[in-house]
Amino acid sequence: MFQMDLQNSDWVVFMGSNMAECHPVGFKWPMKAKAKGATLIHVDPRFTRTSAMCDLYVPIRAGTDITFLGGLISYILENKKYFLEYMINYTNAPYLINAGFKDTEDNDGFFSGYNAQTRSYDTATWQYQRGPAPARVPEAPPGPQGQSVKGLNFAALIANRLPGVPLEDRSLQNPSTVFQILRKHYARYTPEMVERICGTPKDLFLKVAQTITDNSNRERTGAFVYAVGWTQHTTGVQLIRTAGMIQALLGNTGRPGGGIMALRGHASIQGSTDIATLYHSLPGYLATQDARKNHDTLRDYILTETQPTSFWSNTPAYAISQLKAWFGDAGTADNDYLYDSLPKITGDHSHMPVFVEMMDGKIKGMILTGQNPATSLNSQFQRKAMQNLEWLVVLDFYETESAAFWKDVAGADPTKVKTEVWFMPAAHVAEKDGSMTQTQRTLQWHDKAADPPGQARSDLYFWYTLGKKIKARYANSTNKRDLAIKNMTLNYDPDPADVAQWKAKDEPSAFKVLREINGYDVKTGNILNSFANLLSDGSTASGSWIYTGALQLVSGQVVNRARMTPGKNDGWVSPNWGWAWPGNRHNLYNRASADPDGEPWSARKKYTYWDGVARTWKNDAGDGIDFALTKAPSTAASPTGIGIAFHSGRDPFLLKTDGKAWLFAPTGLVDGPLPTHYEPWESPVKNALYKQDRNPVAKFFDVPGNKYNEFAGTQFPLAVTTYRLTEHHLSGTMTRWLPWLAELMPDLFVEMPPELAAEKDVKNGDFVTVTTERGSVEARALVTRRLRPFTIDGKKVYQIGMPWHWGYMGIATGDVVNNVTSLVGDPNVSIHEGKAFTADIRKGRARR
Amino acid sequence: MTVNAKGMFVDTTLCTGCKACQVACKQWNELPMEDEAAVRGHTAFTGDSYDNTGRLSATNWRHVKFVEQISEDRADARWLMMSDSCKHCEQAGCLEVCPTGALYRTQYGSVDIHQDVCIGCRYCVGACPFGVIEYNGRTGRVNKCILCQDRLEAGEGTACAKSCPTASLTYGKVDDLKAIAAARVKELHAQGKTDAYVYGWDLGNKGVITQGPNKGQAVADMEVVGGLNVFYLLLDKPSVYGLPSAPQLPQRNMAPSAGVALISAAVLGVTGLAAFRRRRMESASAARSS
Repeated sequence: MFQMDLQNSDWVVFMGSNMAECHPVGFKWPMKAKAKGATLIHVDPRFTRTSAMCDLYVPIRAGTDITFLGGLISYILENKKYFLEYMINYTNAPYLINAGFKDTEDNDGFFSGYNAQTRSYDTATWQYQRGPAPARVPEAPPGPQGQSVKGLNFAALIANRLPGVPLEDRSLQNPSTVFQILRKHYARYTPEMVERICGTPKDLFLKVAQTITDNSNRERTGAFVYAVGWTQHTTGVQLIRTAGMIQALLGNTGRPGGGIMALRGHASIQGSTDIATLYHSLPGYLATQDARKNHDTLRDYILTETQPTSFWSNTPAYAISQLKAWFGDAGTADNDYLYDSLPKITGDHSHMPVFVEMMDGKIKGMILTGQNPATSLNSQFQRKAMQNLEWLVVLDFYETESAAFWKDVAGADPTKVKTEVWFMPAAHVAEKDGSMTQTQRTLQWHDKAADPPGQARSDLYFWYTLGKKIKARYANSTNKRDLAIKNMTLNYDPDPADVAQWKAKDEPSAFKVLREINGYDVKTGNILNSFANLLSDGSTASGSWIYTGALQLVSGQVVNRARMTPGKNDGWVSPNWGWAWPGNRHNLYNRASADPDGEPWSARKKYTYWDGVARTWKNDAGDGIDFALTKAPSTAASPTGIGIAFHSGRDPFLLKTDGKAWLFAPTGLVDGPLPTHYEPWESPVKNALYKQDRNPVAKFFDVPGNKYNEFAGTQFPLAVTTYRLTEHHLSGTMTRWLPWLAELMPDLFVEMPPELAAEKDVKNGDFVTVTTERGSVEARALVTRRLRPFTIDGKKVYQIGMPWHWGYMGIATGDVVNNVTSLVGDPNVSIHEGKAFTADIRKGRARR
Repeated sequence: MTVNAKGMFVDTTLCTGCKACQVACKQWNELPMEDEAAVRGHTAFTGDSYDNTGRLSATNWRHVKFVEQISEDRADARWLMMSDSCKHCEQAGCLEVCPTGALYRTQYGSVDIHQDVCIGCRYCVGACPFGVIEYNGRTGRVNKCILCQDRLEAGEGTACAKSCPTASLTYGKVDDLKAIAAARVKELHAQGKTDAYVYGWDLGNKGVITQGPNKGQAVADMEVVGGLNVFYLLLDKPSVYGLPSAPQLPQRNMAPSAGVALISAAVLGVTGLAAFRRRRMESASAARSS
């Protein structure tokens, strides 16, 4: 959902998020809801500034959120609090799962298909039971030129890969239905179990359960708001999914005031995932070419990645348009758009394994921009690994901890570090043109307001110049593998008017980059207004299909919608303030805001609805329709139709292969089709539910310098969580150098309850040292009742908290909190577990 | 009160303690860090909840207070936050004692300082019942919030209110703000939050504290030193927020302590001073309007 929509919520549960502190500007929307009578609830390990603004604060031990949310699912199912009509029609609750499926409840904490050798799951038994697939047509063998896509009929090939229709039992009685599997899976997640594992008092848990279920129906909706407090766990993806399941059961998805608000970490982190800073994802969430998959040719790549029965059936058009954007005229159907010259990934190249490889000396050089790994997870490990680099380039505003990793202040011996370090002063956001895509997928344009100081330049200038220099070096190469480099489209030189008033006359045009990302007609050069215009025959180019339409063609002129004036009063959705991908749709899957027949669920929650006279979907608030615009609710599903034709007019979730919200996930997750409680990788207690303590497929790194604390041991008995404060941002690069912010939070501190402080003879303001197997951190004690002792499974457990903004550079300096964290993470997306681990604390300064 | 006075209403129930107001104030008014050496030398950490700037001063014209009220068993928990500044009192002690007229009442009813007229005598420092105004050792003059006089003259509101994400700080005409405050107190009382009352003006609200150590005690709106053009909606007794419960101007104590014979002389003197100041203000506003 999007932040403005929180004003329409009847309840908001902040969990894994400290919205008031970390997203203070957006927090005005839930405050508006509160003023209208909504109940605000904060579930968090600490009583924070967000808790202070909420009607109800609910304490929880860090890392046990799946138990809490699973408890809510159980409460909903056993008390029949689900929104039956929504659940039956819009979720996969009635679908039948393979008879061979075994749940964690019957299998000691494992799902069926686990392979202990490879620590991975075979997902065969997680699949739907299906009717017979449409008859297959023999396919022509690959042509003499290999498997060129030239002249290929993708639609026919995709149709030939259609599965059968899922089998269902709408009475929900069959034990193989998703509904019954769910009931069984969560039966033991009772309020008592929640109290035992999470430390949350049972009555408070029940108050949450009652509030959200009493206020989720035709007339009322509510929202979960989360941030990295949910993400950064070894069970992070499953944790967020649990909330998604609750919203599907309660009928809160796709409806005004309902859903899940994912708060991203900084201004354009959404943009950086959209436009691919992830190693395995290309712009627009297309898969990166991967040597481990059948990606040998473009045909193989497309047929492997295309889902025949979802909106992703359009992958051929998006993938080929992307290659056209990259290579222009050099990419043709005859040469498979230069696909063969693209490099392929060969393994896990995410952050943690890359630094493990760096430690092994396998990585020679690194360019850092907007990243400060010297303060990242197990930062001593990462700083040491950087010493193995031959060269390092850092683009930033200040000499960050990473740029200074070789200095004695970083704990290094400068005489021994051989790395050659270049520091490139970077322009700040106000010193360059560009776009940002923020937390709710809204792309905003910003104009340059001032020249950067000295020799500082934009990141775009750096990368553009580097690209052109590399291209020049390869100009005379005759190697086939160099075709991609030789033919990169790098045509972003500024027009004279763009740079007339500025010092540097060779700053590339960010607008031209956005234009290429948006896409254009190859023949005419005209920009494209919608991803529906993208084709698979090489006649269109688009760097990222989800951004097509960010620029609009109005009466022959290119109008950048992102430039439209903020403040123009166009209702609470504000469709002209920035531009939300895809297609300026703010509330995704908003067809679900109408009942199966297309009528609003209620007048109070009217949003997208079917106009039977005009025979079109409408949205009076001005939001984009996230559905086929003229597909009537009565449209039947076609078992032989590809893409969304496979879905009926009653299936709102067009990116899913069955058009349904998934309570049970047959595909897409490597650690199970249902979220299950596992303890954090380092936990003060054992798993009270299963013999299997931790996520069996979590990513961990058994390497020197990354020793884990003994699981449920006595040496490191404290539960720890880390977080941010309003006063600082991330590792502090943008804030600890700024005097006005430095003085507001000058020093690193540890929040601890007075009961623990008394045991450790610590007084408020004292120096304390927090230790783990990895190292130690010195901080000031902030003794406060905002933290509390927990009773977990009959055992007293203390929890402490540390903000992680500090480092050894800047005005306000302090120890790097990540000195004590470890490299371990989620198996689906490789995010680290920084929000829950164990440690010990003692009075006094660190001995170094 | 001043006709058409401008001021701010500080609704502490909406304050998230984000300190955007403190930063916006320093940015607009180009104020330095309070003590850079302390920050660099690791002596600035106070341990007083999330407050590390401690108080209003010559360089901190705005200050967010944090009050943690959490019972030992955690059953009763609230964290009060309040953004504080100069109140721009209707009976401003600082202005009344200023011998040079450096402190003056603006056309907006606020109290501004002519920096070039201030002689650094510091009488005003002792005369402020709220401890707002402070002597600045670097400039040899006094400083405090001036209600963004330059912004007001340009038709803008205050920098702090502009930056407030939750409308805890609202800038406007004091008369309008009083109406907003009255409605807000009513709304909160209707929601069961009977703690709410107004500090600065008596709008007739009476309530009972519902949480914290003062639970059960009565509270009521209070007019303070003739009314505050920057006034507050509070949830607990003024002292909890570090505000005086019955602030007095020090000069009010002068009469009883002095001899009867001195009264007429004092009256003459004060009248003379007031007349002198009035002339200055008239010439100042004449200069501005020309």
